[in-house]
Amino acid sequence: MESEFNGLLTLLTFFPLVGVLILLLWRGVSDTQIKWTAIITSAVTLVISVVVLASFRAGDPGLQMVDRAAWIPSWGISYYMGIDGISILMVLLTTIISLLAIISSWSAIETQVKQYYIFMLLLQVGMMGVFLAQDMFLFYVFWEFTLIPMYFLIGIWGGGRRVYAAIKFFLYTMAGSLLMLLAILYMGLQTDPITFAIPDLVAQRATFAGVQNLLFIGFFVAFAIKVPIFPFHSWLPDAHTEAPTAGSVILAGILLKMGTYGLIRFNLPLFPQASADFAPYIAVLAIIGIIYGAIVAFAQQDVKKLVAYSSISHLGFVVLGIFSLTAAGVQGGILQGFNHGISSGALFFIVGILYEQRHTREMKEYGGIWKVMPVFSVLTLIIVLSSMGLPGLNGFVGEFTILLGSMGAATFAPAWIYTAFAVTGVILAAVYLLWMFQRVFLGPVTVEANNKLRDINTRDLFVMCVFLLFVFWVGIAPSGFFNLMDTSVTTLLADMNVPELAQRVATFALLGQ
Amino acid sequence: MEIPSSWYLFLLPEISLTILLFAIQVYSRMLPNDRQRNVGLMTAWGAFIILMITLGLWWYADIPNANAPLEESLIWGGMLRNDMITLVFRVIFLTALMTTCLVSLDTPWLQKIEYFALLITATMGFSLMAASSDLIMLYIGLEMASISSYILAGFYKADDRSAEAGMKYFVYGAFATAVMLFGMSYIYGIFGSTNIYILGLIVQNPTLQSSMTAAGFSFQDFTAVNLVAVVMIVVGFGFKISAVPFHWWAPDTYEGAPTAFTAFVSTASKAAGFAIFLRVFTAGVFGAPTSVTANQEPWWALLVVICIITMTLGNLSAIFQKNIKRMLAYSSVAQAGYALIGLIIFTQAGYGASMFYLLMYAFTNIAAFGVIIIVSNVSQSDQMEDLYGLNRRSPYLALVMMVALLSLGGIPPTAGFLGKFFLFKAAVDAGYWWLALIGILNAFVALYYYLTVIKYMYLYRSDAEAIEIPVSRAAIMGLGITTLVVIILGVYAGPAYEWTLQAAASFMTLAGG
Repeated sequence: MESEFNGLLTLLTFFPLVGVLILLLWRGVSDTQIKWTAIITSAVTLVISVVVLASFRAGDPGLQMVDRAAWIPSWGISYYMGIDGISILMVLLTTIISLLAIISSWSAIETQVKQYYIFMLLLQVGMMGVFLAQDMFLFYVFWEFTLIPMYFLIGIWGGGRRVYAAIKFFLYTMAGSLLMLLAILYMGLQTDPITFAIPDLVAQRATFAGVQNLLFIGFFVAFAIKVPIFPFHSWLPDAHTEAPTAGSVILAGILLKMGTYGLIRFNLPLFPQASADFAPYIAVLAIIGIIYGAIVAFAQQDVKKLVAYSSISHLGFVVLGIFSLTAAGVQGGILQGFNHGISSGALFFIVGILYEQRHTREMKEYGGIWKVMPVFSVLTLIIVLSSMGLPGLNGFVGEFTILLGSMGAATFAPAWIYTAFAVTGVILAAVYLLWMFQRVFLGPVTVEANNKLRDINTRDLFVMCVFLLFVFWVGIAPSGFFNLMDTSVTTLLADMNVPELAQRVATFALLGQ
Repeated sequence: MEIPSSWYLFLLPEISLTILLFAIQVYSRMLPNDRQRNVGLMTAWGAFIILMITLGLWWYADIPNANAPLEESLIWGGMLRNDMITLVFRVIFLTALMTTCLVSLDTPWLQKIEYFALLITATMGFSLMAASSDLIMLYIGLEMASISSYILAGFYKADDRSAEAGMKYFVYGAFATAVMLFGMSYIYGIFGSTNIYILGLIVQNPTLQSSMTAAGFSFQDFTAVNLVAVVMIVVGFGFKISAVPFHWWAPDTYEGAPTAFTAFVSTASKAAGFAIFLRVFTAGVFGAPTSVTANQEPWWALLVVICIITMTLGNLSAIFQKNIKRMLAYSSVAQAGYALIGLIIFTQAGYGASMFYLLMYAFTNIAAFGVIIIVSNVSQSDQMEDLYGLNRRSPYLALVMMVALLSLGGIPPTAGFLGKFFLFKAAVDAGYWWLALIGILNAFVALYYYLTVIKYMYLYRSDAEAIEIPVSRAAIMGLGITTLVVIILGVYAGPAYEWTLQAAASFMTLAGG
């Protein structure tokens, strides 16, 4: 195995540990100093990720900026980091959302401040590792590691039922991961010489093609729980609702994307035939998720719960796009993952701002907020419109591309029925989001306490502006985002080499030109 | 006959332990009564120096020599074997002794010369057990360790529970070892030898059956007697490693015995039990020890059943415990089950994984018990409630406990994860994927109760939060070393695992490739 070391991705992943160390060793550090340390650490990480973006070659489908060294040589386990078009957007999303989440916790967290920021920074290390690891074993280590800080973020700083939600989150995710571990063990064993590196395994996938259905399920369940895909979603409303604002932002913004990323990174290239065979069934689950999530969201009285269920619905689109197994669908899926990170993250942040002042999330406690907090309400409206997919904003681009991909899917028979059902999700999203907006922001002020609400402060305004920047950027000029992943996704799909897909992929590529 | 100097050098660790034993006696006489604590410190330093001697002998003098043939490695009339296995286990015992002494120093009523002297004699016994290649020597080592352990378990004379612990341990232990000795006498009766390697050669001789039949013996009778002997010997070994159904002593003894000794008995004593278990079975005393042929032996199913019920019953019982020491007792029963996987698959990778598991388990468990000692010195009990809100009382103690529990639960980036990974990988490699699956499911069940303790420490509040928990420098050393090793082995296990794997080669001497 050739060793290679550029160091940039290692630096990107582990830089937050510098902040953790400073916080651990700095005696008598004040709360403000803690917050600044965390913000600066996270900001530097963001800068590093921009450097990574600048040196990223979009036309190269392979892994770039690779760091590779032997880790446990006797079992072919290596420390192997790399980035390609599939992960680059997720990496940027991670650094952006993490920084925003850390900034947004400024006034929300009052107890055990130091530990809170340590866990936030550790979480960032884990998430970054998940998106960059190219060795299955390393991936699994990071994947599991993210559970620990998140468990504490929910469990210590969460809402009323935080303990229950934290344990449920941990055990649910863990249950799925263990099956994945068994699949990883099995695959590593089939290769000769033993290796866990993903590119090597993809090259040797013929050796375990015979049992690929079982292996596919092993991985799929782990990722399906994380995404979550109906019917594995029941942990999500609890975890989202009970988590502190920044925790929800990260959970919705990044952690869920680890699941969709895993599907693209592992399931498609490693088990192409199984992916094609299972695709229609998974698409059905995704569509059930889209509609079910939307309907349940509509029934919620709690704003945060509504946003949580809307995540199930939106992630359904992402999964539908991925398992359309078309270039448009997968690219739309990745982009919509990014979009959902921005929109849902922003929505949770909005709920957090309201909650911090009023300490309730019941919709009936609000109403007429527009009159009291005009600036905040305008910003919220834009985010709501982006979340329901208004043309010109980011959500539209993602959903449109996914539906395009779903129409062209070779394995959905007939594709238009799948797409038609999925489209209802867009309408339903408009229904529950506008209904929520109307109840919270429009009409007269019905509750006396709401008259005293302060409008958005500068710090929160800054965070909102960053969210909005991406809402418009993706909405108006998405081509730059597609360019980043185009080559990687096309190569991945062409490499799947499944007969029934080949024809449609070819014709669709022709249409695209 | 001229005795080579390397024979003495091989015994240098035991000789040094004897010197240490006398030295602390003298030192204790010289100290006034209120400063007996220094005896413990001296024992810890002594253990550290002997550990360095042991490693130094290996590093500089090639003792033990990993490449020596069997005839050369059997020394002192075939009583002991000078191989890497002995080295690995000595390292486990000596580190256990050192860290146990360090965490013992905070308990005032343990600061007596007898306590530390008995710890040393027990360690000598363990060390001889691990090195023995003769059933007689094995039995002597075991008795030496056991008698010291019985006294230590009942060391706290003022407490009825401690007396009960010592008595139960003694009665159960005496009975189990007697049964084992009876089984050994069968083996001697049939073959006229007590050296396990000679026995292995006789039993595996392909002409054994024909020559027995020719001499007028029935081979069936022989097989039956052999099976009786195996069952009896497994009783003794199973008692040592607290495998179900010979585990009944463990919860009561763990609970009643001084906590520091519980840490010692659950790590060093268990490892010693595994040492003899591995040695006798891999030498082929009862039949061919290879992964291909072992599962045709009649006793193999017995081991598998013991392994599976040990894991499962240990974990299921641990869930319901209210006393933290009892919980860890059942957890250690389950951990023995995992480590047994490495034995019953009969491959080198399995033995290596088993030894790595015991090594990391020693550090992990002593860290966990160390925290319990310190906390219960303040609270004067060892109920789960004592740990409520530990994070607010003493964040570093909570951190150590968390790392230990995560390691026991097998979550990265701790040593426990790699320990389990190696074991399960070895099982899948040898074709026993179902065994790995059972192990993985068990790991998931276990996670629940480890998480519960983390929940108590981090998410619960307690009335005692204002009460300080004093931690002595020695305890900080002990906990610091163990925690650091748990994390280092979790991140960079390569060298340690290669080392145990290399040691495991010595088990393969008679395996016939």
